[in-house]
Amino acid sequence: MLNSKDGRLLALETTTKPKLMSVLSRKQFTLTLAGLCGLSVLSLLWGLSQGSAELTLTQLWQALFDDDKLEHQLIFDLRVPRLLSAFAVGGMLALAGALMQTLLRNPLADPYVLGISGGAAVGALLMMLLGLSGFWLTGGSFSGALFSMLLVFALSHGKGSWTATRLLLTGVIVAAGWGALISFILAVSPDNNLRGMLFWLMGDFSQADKPSTALLVMLIGLGLCLPMARHLTLLSRGELQAQALGVNVKKMRWGIYFLASLLTAVAVTQAGSIGFVGLVVPHMVRLIIGNDQRLLLPASVLLGGTLLVCADTLARTIIAPQQLPVGVITAFLGVPLFLYLLRRSRLS
Amino acid sequence: MRLLQTKGLSLNIGGKQVCDALEFMIEPGQRWAMLGRNGIGKTTLLHTLAQLHPADNGVVLIGDQQSKQLSKQRIAQYMGILFQKQEDAFPSTVLETALIGRHPYLGAWQWESAQDQKIALDALTQLQLDPLVEREVSTLSGGERQRLALATLLTQQPKLLLLDEPTNHLDIHQQMSVLEQLKTWSKEHTRGLMMTLHDLNLAWRFCSHALLLFGHGEVVSGNLDEVLTEENLERLYLHPIQKIEGEWGQTYLPR
Repeated sequence: MLNSKDGRLLALETTTKPKLMSVLSRKQFTLTLAGLCGLSVLSLLWGLSQGSAELTLTQLWQALFDDDKLEHQLIFDLRVPRLLSAFAVGGMLALAGALMQTLLRNPLADPYVLGISGGAAVGALLMMLLGLSGFWLTGGSFSGALFSMLLVFALSHGKGSWTATRLLLTGVIVAAGWGALISFILAVSPDNNLRGMLFWLMGDFSQADKPSTALLVMLIGLGLCLPMARHLTLLSRGELQAQALGVNVKKMRWGIYFLASLLTAVAVTQAGSIGFVGLVVPHMVRLIIGNDQRLLLPASVLLGGTLLVCADTLARTIIAPQQLPVGVITAFLGVPLFLYLLRRSRLS
Repeated sequence: MRLLQTKGLSLNIGGKQVCDALEFMIEPGQRWAMLGRNGIGKTTLLHTLAQLHPADNGVVLIGDQQSKQLSKQRIAQYMGILFQKQEDAFPSTVLETALIGRHPYLGAWQWESAQDQKIALDALTQLQLDPLVEREVSTLSGGERQRLALATLLTQQPKLLLLDEPTNHLDIHQQMSVLEQLKTWSKEHTRGLMMTLHDLNLAWRFCSHALLLFGHGEVVSGNLDEVLTEENLERLYLHPIQKIEGEWGQTYLPR
């Protein structure tokens, strides 16, 4: 090379290729999403084959496409709705968690940090206390979640200047208030209600047989985020920085707040407050691919869905015929997986 | 031709008047130093010029247009601002960070092109960060981060730079090198810059104009040699300052 006397230029030349690894490329984007889609499909197939009647791959194949089989009905009436619910809830929680972490610029944020699940839980438990179920239970938890969302919004939207810390503290305190109410309701409830209430609090898919709303909300939520993804990446670097680069921060801030809250409300209404997914899945994705939200958001949805499908399948099969609350399993699966990723991540 | 002009700009923060009906203009090729005591409102004024903070009164003209008529994206293409602090709650590499400077030029579904990447790499090279492109930002030293923030601004390719203490965290060699580069940058094409500084000697050496914030809304602006007098500076910092001249140039010495 002519300029080899110039050491700097030479250095640039030799490092040009590996450089491109440090930034997300389209190819990496496509490959990662394709891989995660494959993983989701595998987890769904595995979930379909497991249960009271275990199916081999060939049996599963036949059962899926031959509607005369008994298993056909089993699969489409019971397993498919439940698995799709689990997938949608996992996806929504992971998406909501990623959005909350960006909004609050706090890695410890999860979908529940601002009290949405607390409000939903109080609504749901009150309905259970009154002996109501089905529509009332759903309605109660969704109204509770919405009420909590508006309450936190109103309280943190006071006259002073807005800060992420103020929203976070308001949310945390409101959540603590809900926590006390939950304890109170549990304490005064008759014994025969307690088991159902505890299962609801830990997350449970045994009642989740209508996945269509959840799936639709998940897709709409993701669809709204994707064109905004680069704005969100900027926002995670600070509001001033984002604003200086042309992001309409005010609009984004409340847009994210309401979207993440609604996703959480729908998820909690569907299956109770399942912990862990919303906090840990976005971090898992970050540890592997970084914080570029164009990939982070869809990857979180897919990985969250997959994780919850696996967790729910284990929850209903490990000690069958008895079922475990799925929230227990998400933590059992998630803790070691997360610690492993943390150890071998690009950060350490 | 002007890059930025204020008309009757008034700014009050927490009961303190930063400026009152301020009129001044940044023209291409000019490098402005904004000087004043701690907490006098330099950062707030800079943010107001960058349209990140509302003015109490008056207008800011960006090019020939009122700032309110321009979209946020258009403004971000026109001017860039260096903040005193950069947040990093989440991990990110050096190249990723520099590339955010291309954001104002990209549509919702557009990705950074090879050209965008080249612009970012050139800026990183210019600030001698090219060996660090793959590093995590959290592993950089304070001075390296400061240069990364400057490289991000160069990647943004604005016409006007607003810099809040650009020499923060930089060693003497890097201060000279960075300011020299900014000087060269501002001389090319149709660019200008304004920076807050605390070092009068750097201001003297690298700037062409100065804006002095005295507090209580009093502002003096103009050519460097007209404005940086001993009387003005003593009043500005409430501390006696002596100007020493020799054949080697001149320097300001606090007494």
